[in-house]
Order: sequence, then structure tokens, then C-alpha cells
Amino acid sequence: MSDFLVFEGVSKRYGETQAVDSVTFSINRGEIFSLLGPSGCGKTTLLRCCAGFEDPDSGRIILDGKDITGLPPHRRKVNTVFQNYALFPHLSIRENIAFGPRTAGWTRGETDKEVSRMLELIQMEEYADRKVTEISGGQKQRIAIARALINRPQVLLLDEPLAALDLKLRQRMLVELDSIHDEVGITFVYVTHDQGEAMGISDRIAAMNLGHIEQIGTPAEIYEAPRSSFVAAFIGDTNFFDGTVTEVMDGSYCRLRIDGFPDVLAWNDKGLQVNNAVHLSLRPEKFNISREQPDALPNRNVVQGTVEDIIYLGSHTKYWVRVEDYRLGIHHQHSRYLLDTRPITWNEKVWISWFADDSYMMERYKPEDENLLVLPDMEVEEEVLPV
Amino acid sequence: MTTAADKKNREWLITGPSLIWLLLFFVIPTLIVFAIAFKPSTPFGGIGAGWTLTTLFDLSNPNYPAIIWRTVWISLVSTIICLLLAVPCGYCIARARRRSRNILLMLVIVPFWTNFLIRIFAWKVLLHPEGLLKQALVFLHLCSPDATLLYNSAAVLLVIIYTYLPFAILPIYAAAEKFDYSLIEASRDLGATRFRSFTHVFLPGISRGVWTAALMVFIPALGAYVIPDIVGGPAGEMIGNKIAQRTFVDRNLPHASALAALLTLAVMIPLMITLVRNRLPETDHRKKGKRIVE
Ligand SMILES: Nc1ncnc2c1ncn2[C@@H]1O[C@H](COP(=O)(O)OP(=O)(O)O)[C@@H](O)[C@H]1O
Ligand SMILES: [Mg+2]
Repeated sequence: MSDFLVFEGVSKRYGETQAVDSVTFSINRGEIFSLLGPSGCGKTTLLRCCAGFEDPDSGRIILDGKDITGLPPHRRKVNTVFQNYALFPHLSIRENIAFGPRTAGWTRGETDKEVSRMLELIQMEEYADRKVTEISGGQKQRIAIARALINRPQVLLLDEPLAALDLKLRQRMLVELDSIHDEVGITFVYVTHDQGEAMGISDRIAAMNLGHIEQIGTPAEIYEAPRSSFVAAFIGDTNFFDGTVTEVMDGSYCRLRIDGFPDVLAWNDKGLQVNNAVHLSLRPEKFNISREQPDALPNRNVVQGTVEDIIYLGSHTKYWVRVEDYRLGIHHQHSRYLLDTRPITWNEKVWISWFADDSYMMERYKPEDENLLVLPDMEVEEEVLPV
Repeated sequence: MTTAADKKNREWLITGPSLIWLLLFFVIPTLIVFAIAFKPSTPFGGIGAGWTLTTLFDLSNPNYPAIIWRTVWISLVSTIICLLLAVPCGYCIARARRRSRNILLMLVIVPFWTNFLIRIFAWKVLLHPEGLLKQALVFLHLCSPDATLLYNSAAVLLVIIYTYLPFAILPIYAAAEKFDYSLIEASRDLGATRFRSFTHVFLPGISRGVWTAALMVFIPALGAYVIPDIVGGPAGEMIGNKIAQRTFVDRNLPHASALAALLTLAVMIPLMITLVRNRLPETDHRKKGKRIVE
């Protein structure tokens, strides 16, 4: 079951660039496994090694117990959905899908039957005889998937398959991709730089950076328990704190001193001792923001701050709250009918509270790589100040 | 808003001058040549009054079938060989790094800097019994000392290929340069070998370039006159030489015109086939394009 597709110390170098740096991991049979990371982190290179378009400088790739490292692309039971689709423009849609079977020398009857089945799977029967130039991006995407799946590969590789589509279509295709996966049950390796896509479709995610894998886990594990500040920042918004342990309490809590911020209580799952340095991540939705002071509870942190920026997003509002030297990003879900309440506004003094269990301690990313931390949401939103 | 009619008018306005040019200096002269074919000749090399079909009957000259046959096969074979050489050349140039690509393109274009006639005379020197190439081949025991390299069909073929190869390489290079090579990866991914990817994806992908290249060789080869005249001798005569003879030696313009008309028709036929072939998918596309849904 597990260890269906294994990468063993795979490395690939282009001139000065170490595109993939001794990567080891394994993928289970039938799962959707995502390689997620910023542009240039080596996702495509890893995928191309798997498809056979690149030879790794070292390491092995093992598929279903067989070493496929040296095999040419046409001898691997692996098919790829390319980012630009790479459909054959001189062939009709039907002929595109039939390309693999014809190459493999299937009988005419079998080819026709399978092509029809695939057209049905992607719901494009009536377009079968169109030219590739006569269909939309979303349809091309589906053809590319059908053209790959018809060969009954052991693994389907998808390289940013939705990147060329607009947002609405992207969400629809994601659902469609998921249902196709349920239907065919083939192992999918899905490459993307979009954390939303990866979270939405994956059974497991490998978060990549600079040619190596930072963390592998389910979407929830990666989001809630990021191993490093890189993962925490790349996957969703977060607030970081640098502190020192001043007191270890029983019940697995510890008290931290943070420069420019009130002392906070944190869950000490890493078993830290007094004077250990701590890097803490707090997701914006873990905070509670209110005008009234919340009740004191043993494991609750309560601080006071001033609202600096607000972005109202319908289902929730994003607040930026100044607390001493820190500017906290906070997501507040509107569980009650908003117009009946008096919403918090700019420059109001507010109480921020969160439970010590909801923060997460992690490795601090190496300072020299700090500029590679991508904080897309934060950066964009600070420019879009509300008037 | 411009209406479709406005757009059509503007199209005419833009293409008008070139259409007039073509009409004046291409269509009308061609029609004149066709017309002269139906005129009687005069003993002094002029064109007589009235109309006649005798010239057309004169075309049944027993020498002609052999010459026409030679013209056609030399043209066909030179086209095929040019394509066989030009496809790999065009591919390599298109795939080369930018720097070496420019150098390779230069090498293709450099021969044009030397006059066409001079280059053909150079071949005559090379192929001459005392020439460099002949001597070299004899020295390497690749041909016997009394073999003739000059004044035969093979010499004509060789020089036609030499002359028109750049014209075949350039359109194929242009097509190969625009070709999306990720399609080759896609086909390899779908189980095709390198060779199958080449024949089933690359060649169809550059088919327009190949057709253009074929025309660029075939049509001038059909009308070749200077090359067979210089390196062909009587054994390598082509229809172009006959037209020249009828014009300058026999001073029989109607006869020359009839031969030229025949040649024009022979050129028009492959041209038409190509035009139709290249246009078909496009019109198809426009018709169906309206129904794009999503
Ligand atoms: N063919 C190549 N030649 C040189 N450098 C390359 C090549 N392909 C990728 N790279 C480099 O390797 C690194 C990883 O690239 P890639 O795997 O495409 O990243 P991703 O798909 O994650 O965006 C990048 O720095 C990229 O510039
Ligand atoms: Mg990529």
C-alpha cells in the first residue's frame, strides 16, 4: 500500500542551480500527493525526473518496487498533464486522446471504446471531432487529463494543471479533478505553488523550498503544525513571535518573554526548558477580538491593542491590531448577523485573547533564507488600505 | 463600430496596390504568353496575324516527352533530396543556442552573396575532368579516371540541389523555430519513441514549412534553364533550355510560348494543391469557431 512511488536521495543540478537537493520521500498508492512550494523551488524538476525527461544526477526513483531511474519516458507507466496542456494541434480531440493507445498498438475497437469512455468521463462527448484550437482552456485541461489517463498509468503527474485558468474555473476544475481521481483511483502527483489548491485536493502535501522538502503531512498537519517558519508563512497567513522561556509549568505549558510584547503562555509540546529560545506561530483565526475584556482562564492569553487596519470580506473581517511593537493579523468570523451588531472600527481599543494551546512552536527559518519567505496576503493587503 | 462591409472595403484598399502590380506585371504577361501560343509564327521571328492551333500540334515533337520526363524527375528528385537535407538542417538550426543559431543561419545565407552564375561556373570547374572534385574522387578511388561528372542529368541534379537547398532550409527553419517542442515531450510521455514523435508530431507540426520548402525547390527546378545549360549539356537538357532555343535560335515565339504555357500550367497545379491544402483547415476553423462554448 505505502511506498508505491519512492524518491531516494534524488538530486538534480543545472549549472550553478541546485534545483533538487537530495530529496527522499514516498507516495502511497492511490493518493493525491502535492508538491507545494514557491516558484523555482524544484517542483517541476522533480516531476520531470519522475516522467523521465530529466536524469537525476544521483538518487533513485522506484515505482511499484521497480527502479525506473534510467528508463526513457516512453517506457514508464507514468503520464503527465502538462502546464500548457501540450495538446497536438494537428489532431482532433478524439485523435489526441487516442494518441497513446495508437502508439501502444491497441486494436481499433478497444481504442474507440476507451476513447468514448474517456470522453464520457470528462463530459466532452459532443466535442470529440473538434480541433484543439476550437475549445476553451478548461476543456483543453480536461482533454489533457483524458489523454494521459487513457493509458492507465500507474501514476499521473500534473504540473500546475490549473495555473492557466481563471479563478472560478480553477475551483470548478479542482472539484472535477477530485471526482475523476475518485473514479479512476490512480495515484496523482500534483505540483502547484497555490496553497489553496494543494489544501483542497491533496491527501498529503510536501512543502518544498530551495530544492528540498521542508515537511510532509496532511493539509491540516501542514497548516496547524508547520515544522518551520517557512511552511507556516507559505501556507496561509500567520503571526510570528520570537521569545525565551521564562517558566515551565506543569500541564505542559510554559511562559515566554517576548521583546516588545506582553508575556504569553504557550503549549510546550517540544518540552523546552527555561532560557530556551522559541519561535512561535499564531494563525490569525485563533485570536478572539472583542470590545469587552474576556474572562480570565488559566490557559488564556489576553492582551490589549489598537485597531489599525480593517478589511471587511463578507464572511469574515481582517483586522490589524497594534500591540506594543507588534502588528497582529486577526481574522474574525461573523457567526452572527453583522448589521445587528456594532462592528469594531478603526483606532478602537480592543481586547485580543487566545488559548495557549492554539499557538505552535517551530524551527526558525535560517536568517539568510528569510527573504525567501513569501507572505503574499500580508503584503498585498497592506497596500489596500481601507479609505 | 465598423461593419463587416467597411472592413471588407478597407481590406481591398490595403491589398489593392499589390493586386494591381500583380495584374500588370504578372497576370497580363502570362496571359499574353498564353495568347501568343495560339498565333502563327513568321519566318523572321515575328508573330503573324490571326489565330491557329498548329503550334499546339507542333508540341507533339518526338523529343519533347523525354525532355519533359527528365524535367519532371529532376525536379521531383531534387525536391525530395532537398527536403531530406533541409528538415534535419532546419531542426538543428532551430534547436541551436542563440549564438550558434545566428552563425548557422549566416552559413545558409552566405552563398547568396556570390553571383548565381559565378557559383554555377564554379561547379563546372569542380566537376570538370581536370577539376578538383573529380581529381579528389579519382585519388580516393571513388570513381574511375574516365567517368564523366559533367554534362549529364546527375550534374544538373547536383547543382539544382546545391542552388535551392537554402530556399528549402529557411522555411523549414522558420516552422521548426515556431514549433512547440513540449509536444515532443508530450508524445514521448504518451509512449512514443523518438522516431515516432518525429514522424507523428514534429513533421505534421512543421508541415506548412515543408510544403513551402517543396514549392521553393520544385517550381524553380521545373523552370531551370541556366543550370542545365551550363552543367547539363545535351544529355541534361530540360524544358527551360528548349524554350530558350525556340526563342533565341529558332526565333519561333509562338512555339516558345506554347512550351512556356505548358510549364506555367505544370507549376500552377502543385501550387494550387498546396494552396488548397493550406487553406482548408483555416476555413474549417472559422466556420466552427463560432460555436466555442464554455
Ligand atoms: N533547463 C534548465 N536549465 C537551467 N536551470 C533550470 C532548468 N530548469 C529549471 N532550472 C532551475 O532550477 C530551479 C528549479 O526549477 P523548477 O523545478 O522549474 O521550479 P518550480 O517548478 O518549482 O518552479 C530554478 O531555479 C530554475 O531556474
Ligand atoms: Mg514549475
